Amino acid sequence: MGTRSLLWDITKKYLTVGLVGLTISDRYASIVSIRGSSMSPAFNPGSDTNDYVLLEKFCLDKYRFSDGDVVVFSSPNNHKEKHIKRIRALPGDWIETPNLDVLKVPEGHFWVEGDNSVSSLDSRSFGPIPLGLIRGRVTHIVWPPKRMDRVERETNQRLSPIQDRPKFY
Amino acid sequence: MNLFGNAVPWRSIAKEALERTAIVTRFLCLLHVTNTYICTPTLVYGPSMLPTLNLTGDVLLAERVSHRLGKVRPGDVVLVRSPVDPRKSLTKRVVAMGGDKVTFVVDPRNSDRVRTITVPRGHVWIQGDNIYASRDSRQFGAVPYGLVEGKILCRVWPLDGFGLLHH
Repeated sequence: MGTRSLLWDITKKYLTVGLVGLTISDRYASIVSIRGSSMSPAFNPGSDTNDYVLLEKFCLDKYRFSDGDVVVFSSPNNHKEKHIKRIRALPGDWIETPNLDVLKVPEGHFWVEGDNSVSSLDSRSFGPIPLGLIRGRVTHIVWPPKRMDRVERETNQRLSPIQDRPKFY
Repeated sequence: MNLFGNAVPWRSIAKEALERTAIVTRFLCLLHVTNTYICTPTLVYGPSMLPTLNLTGDVLLAERVSHRLGKVRPGDVVLVRSPVDPRKSLTKRVVAMGGDKVTFVVDPRNSDRVRTITVPRGHVWIQGDNIYASRDSRQFGAVPYGLVEGKILCRVWPLDGFGLLHH
């Protein structure tokens, strides 16, 4: 009788912690690890350890992003995979593709590229992707300790001046 | 009366307030987890799914398990995040999965022109049942499977339409 209520108490505590943790990680922030070198040197500059980063989910409320944000999104070709890349163009912006075509990013979509263009599978292969695939924005590196830092937006001037939308959605 | 003396039990008031907040927080977390991972009611309206769904609004129960397991099939009515405006969700029927060929009437109001497209891998082709008044894959193309948010199970309101949706 005593053990049963003890077991129930422990189960309740675990359930509570689990539910609260799941809610926080879905709605507010979570920590994820990064694999691959498509975002070198910003993330995983060497091949020895993987960076752990803080992903914030507040941006998913109104889908307001800026050029240069690093985001995590579900892959358009395989919903089980998640990728991390930098936003290079927002809806309505013009972007130059590798074939030297100029493409206008459709509404509700965005264009991503990895910092390390040599080894990065991004919008240059699968085109602009819907904003609805974004799962969060990276704000800080939290591990390893010597690389703990804020993640800054980095823009480069590859966009043409024709931008008929404001910078955030 | 001394407000900060022993006459008013501040300690126990604070303790009770904290306990109640904890209960409310736990309940909200349970609500969130149920709505995101098990099932959730959703209000849908619009003409694009006539005659299956009403113009003026239905409350449907959407389950959020099958799409995570990949069990979405042609013929299912699904909840999909709009590829045109990520702040909105659409309710449409899956017509074809990745790899299938889909044949559709491009603009049924103005012409009978038909097109056939192969749906890319990892994407789904969605159409409203009312092809005359629906913005769907015929306009914005196949949508990535990652935008599917749930599968509609049954109608809850209005009560005279209660039950599983007809095909």
